[in-house]
Amino acid sequence: MASIDIRNVRKNFGIVSVLHGVDLSIKNGEFVVLVGPSGCGKSTLLRMIAGLEEVTEGEIRIDGKRVNERAPKDRDIAMVFQSYALYPHMNVAENMSYGLRIRKAAREKITAAVSNAARKLELQPLLARRPKALSGGQRQRVAMGRAIVRQPKAFLFDEPLSNLDARLREQMRAEIKKLHRDLGATSIYVTHDQIEAMTLADRIVAMHEGVVQQVGSPLELYDRPANLFVAGFIGSPAMNFLSARYEVSGETAGARLPDGTLIALSSAYQLEEGAAVTLGIRPEHVEMSPASEGSLRATVDLIEPTGFGIILHLGLHGLPFNVFTLDRAALTAGPTVTVAFPPQHLHLFDETGKRALESSLQKGKG
Amino acid sequence: MNSYSIFGTALHRLAILCYVVFALFPLFWLLKVSVTPNDLLYSEGVRMWPSRMSFEHFRFVLVHSAFPVFFRNSMIVAGATAVIVTLLASLSGYALSRFTFRGKYWLVALMLLTQMFPLVMLVAPIFKMLSPLGLTNSLTGLVVVYTAFNIPFATFLMQSFFDGIPKELEEAAKIDGATQFMAFRQIILPLTLPGIAATLGFVFTAAWSELLFALMLISGNSAATFPVGLLTFVSKFSVDFGQMMAAGVLALIPACLFFLFIQRYLVQGLTAGAVKG
Ligand SMILES: Nc1ncnc2c1ncn2[C@@H]1O[C@H](COP(=O)(O)OP(=O)(O)OP(=O)(O)O)[C@@H](O)[C@H]1O
Ligand SMILES: [Mg+2]
Repeated sequence: MASIDIRNVRKNFGIVSVLHGVDLSIKNGEFVVLVGPSGCGKSTLLRMIAGLEEVTEGEIRIDGKRVNERAPKDRDIAMVFQSYALYPHMNVAENMSYGLRIRKAAREKITAAVSNAARKLELQPLLARRPKALSGGQRQRVAMGRAIVRQPKAFLFDEPLSNLDARLREQMRAEIKKLHRDLGATSIYVTHDQIEAMTLADRIVAMHEGVVQQVGSPLELYDRPANLFVAGFIGSPAMNFLSARYEVSGETAGARLPDGTLIALSSAYQLEEGAAVTLGIRPEHVEMSPASEGSLRATVDLIEPTGFGIILHLGLHGLPFNVFTLDRAALTAGPTVTVAFPPQHLHLFDETGKRALESSLQKGKG
Repeated sequence: MNSYSIFGTALHRLAILCYVVFALFPLFWLLKVSVTPNDLLYSEGVRMWPSRMSFEHFRFVLVHSAFPVFFRNSMIVAGATAVIVTLLASLSGYALSRFTFRGKYWLVALMLLTQMFPLVMLVAPIFKMLSPLGLTNSLTGLVVVYTAFNIPFATFLMQSFFDGIPKELEEAAKIDGATQFMAFRQIILPLTLPGIAATLGFVFTAAWSELLFALMLISGNSAATFPVGLLTFVSKFSVDFGQMMAAGVLALIPACLFFLFIQRYLVQGLTAGAVKG
C-alpha cells in the first residue's frame, strides 16, 4: 500500500494537449474515484500512473518516490481493465498467478495466494477454466483476482464494471467496496457511473477537459459543487439552472429572474448588486406547492414514473426544467404546476461559472 | 430445421462440393497420369482411370533419376526460407503493429514498393550481385533471395495477426511485471500461433514451387531444386509425362505433410475470451 502524488502533470499526444496540469494527492489506503465526461483524460491519467503512457511534464510519486521513468513492472501496481484483458491461453488459476510466477515467487506462496483470492471472489470452481468459458461477470472477477493476488501497492480500475448488466454491476460494486474494506489498499477508480462514484469513493475527483474541477467527498460535491460543471455533472437527474440577476436589499438577498420573479436566497453573496448569476436547484429539492410569493408556474411536458419516484419534465418560460418527487399525486399533475425553490437548497454561481462566495448580510445597506 | 434451411444448407454444400471438385481435379489428373503405363498413355483416349495401373514411373523417378537430390535441395531451401522469414517477419510485424517510430511510414512504403516489380526485371541484377559472392549455384544463395522477396508480404501478414490481438493484453502483462520482450514471448506469441502457421505455410509453398530464380541462379543438377528438376523430364524431342507426373505427386507429399502438421494452429478463435466482445 502506498500514497500517490500527482504534481502538475501534463500530457500531450503530439500537438494535442490532453491534461493541462493535474495536481492530486492520494493518501495511503484511500479510495479515489475519477469522474468526468468521455474524453476528459481519466484513462490517460490512470495509464500514466500505471506507466503505460509517458508523462509529458510534471511528476508522479508513489510512496514519495518519483516513478516517471520507471517501467510498469517496477511500479508494483495492479490494474483492472474495462475489457478485463485476461490471457486467453491461460486458465483462471494461471491468469491470476502470472504476475507472481514471473516474479519467481515460491510455489507454495503462489498456491496460497491464488486460493486465497479465489475464495474471496468465489472463483474456486472455475480455476481450471479458460476465460472463453466464463460469463462476463466471472471474467470480471478473474480480472479482480489477478489484481489482488499480488498484493500491489495500489489498484487502478478503468471502468471495470461498465461491461456488466445493471444487476451484476450493483453486486460487483458492493463486492469492490467490501474488498477495499478488507484489503484497505490505495485505489483509483475511473467511472462514468454516478452511483458507483458516490457509493465507492472516499473522495471524488471531477475532471473536465483535462482539468480537475473539484476534489472532495461525495457529499461535498453533491452539496457544494464548486462550479457549474460539477453541479451539472454530479446528480441524476441533473441540476436545473436558471439565469438571474443578484439583488440585495437590507436584510434579504434574492435573485431576480428575467420575468421579474424574485427568488429569495438564504444568505448574501460576495457579488455586485445586479450581477449576472446562474441559479441552480436539484430536481429533488424543488417543491410543488400552491401558488405563493416567489413560486413559478410551469407547464408539464412529460411524466416519467421510475417506480421509486416520479420525474416531471416541465417547461419553465420555455426552458426545460426537471422535478423529482416521491409524491404519487404528481402522476396526475398537469397541464401546469406551481414550483417553489427552498432557499437552503439553492446554489448560486457567478458569471464565470464558479460557485459564488457567501457573505453575511449587512444591515442597513441598499 | 425447416425445409427452407435444409434447402439452403444443401445448396451451400453443393457449392462447396463444386469448388472442391474444381480445385482438386488437376491433382487427380496428376495422379492418374502418374500411374498410367506409357503404352496406355496415348492409346486409351480420355479416361478417368487407366485400365491397368503401374508404378513404374515412380520407381524410375526414385531410382534412376536425380529426383531425390532435387527433392532434398527443395526441402532445405523451402524449409530454411520458411523458418527464417517467419522469424524475421514476426519480429518486424510486431514492431509495425505496436510501435510508432521515426521513418515507419517510409519503411512501409518501401516494403510495398518492393512488391511492385515484376521479378523478371530483377533476375539479371541479382545474378550480378550474387555471382561475385559465390552465391550462384548454391542453395544458400536461393535461401537469401527467397527470404528477401518473401519478407515484406510475410511482415504485413504477421502485422495483421498482431493487430488482431488487443493491446491491453500486453499492457496487463507489463503491469503484472513482464518486460516488453516477456510480454511478447509469453502472451502475444502463443496467441499468434495461427498467424505463424499461416506464414510458415505460405512461405514454404512459395519457396517450394519457385521456378524463375531457381532456374536462373542454378546450373547443373547438384543444387537444382525440384521445379527445375521437373524440367529435366522435358527433352528435345518429347516430354515424359508419366515420370514428370510421378515426380509431381512425390513433390506434393512434403507440402501435404507440412500443412497437416500446422493445420491445428491454423484454426482461429484462439483469442476468444480475451476481451469482452
Ligand atoms: N494515443 C493517443 N493519441 C492521441 N490522442 C489520444 C490518445 N489516447 C487518448 N487520446 C485523446 O486524449 C483524450 C482523453 O482520452 P482518455 O481516454 O483519457 O479519455 P477518458 O476520460 O478515459 O474517456 P472515456 O470516458 O471515454 O474512457 C481524448 O480526447 C482522446 O482522443
Ligand atoms: Mg477511458
